[in-house]
Amino acid sequence: MKINELVNILEGRVVCGEQFLDREIEYGFASDLMSDVLTLDIDKLVLITGLNNLQTIRTAEMADIECIVFARNKRIHPSMVELAAEHQMVLVECRFSMFKAVARLSAAGLKPVY
Amino acid sequence: MTFKFEIEGGNFSKAGNASSAVKKILKQINVPPAIIKRLVVALYEGEVNVVAHARKGWIKVVIEPEEIFVNIEDEGPGIPNIELAMQEGYSTASQKVREMGFGAGMGLPNMKKNADLLNITSQVGKGTNVEIIIFLNQSHK
Ligand SMILES: Nc1ncnc2c1ncn2[C@@H]1O[C@H](COP(=O)(O)OP(=O)(O)OP(=O)(O)O)[C@@H](O)[C@H]1O
Ligand SMILES: [Mg+2]
Repeated sequence: MKINELVNILEGRVVCGEQFLDREIEYGFASDLMSDVLTLDIDKLVLITGLNNLQTIRTAEMADIECIVFARNKRIHPSMVELAAEHQMVLVECRFSMFKAVARLSAAGLKPVY
Repeated sequence: MTFKFEIEGGNFSKAGNASSAVKKILKQINVPPAIIKRLVVALYEGEVNVVAHARKGWIKVVIEPEEIFVNIEDEGPGIPNIELAMQEGYSTASQKVREMGFGAGMGLPNMKKNADLLNITSQVGKGTNVEIIIFLNQSHK
């Protein structure tokens, strides 16, 4: 699906990367553990997390992840937006729990990594 | 080409700055993306380990035609049992480190997975030395 569709499904708010909403994503991975995220080797992935700090963005940068959803109503800080913009990422805020966000995306056809 | 960076122990707001700079350099000199990813993931795990577990560290990256060599050296508590530390899930990370999203005990095993060669030596009470080699010509592997 396109990121645009994901944003609608999650009733999310795009905080960074408005211009990249037509990018395709195929897989989803939900975690608050950045070392787990760093073990992935897959493209077209959206990370769903509740960890709203700079290391989330750094981790996505290293793992070539281009779209991050912050569930549980976690706020994205300006320093995160700055770093994400530099690396052309899309950041989305979502008020749903991680469980609900993941369930909706899964029902819409987003695939698990394993 | 040789590049050097310093790492501040405990400072999570800067963790990853060196890895990010190295990624930029490797992109500029057209290293294949799959190799860049393996190298920067291993380097970033090492950089975060210094921030999370040590006081101060130094990174040296040497780019040669055949391989990229990375050395991450730190002053810190050292690792008493490296074999144990290499096991998935083993972690002594503090609560503060866990709140930053680290401390799963996955970093060292993930470095091993991504590196072609990984060598760790450590002296308890002094520090740790990590060497990573990734071959640019993958037929070496
Ligand atoms: N540079 C270092 N100095 C001192 N101890 C270290 C260092 N690197 C690793 N260790 C020790 O080895 C353990 C395992 O390291 P590893 O990177 O696998 O996991 P972690 O850092 O605890 O968590 P994660 O990497 O998943 O965020 C650490 O918890 C720590 O005890
Ligand atoms: Mg680690």
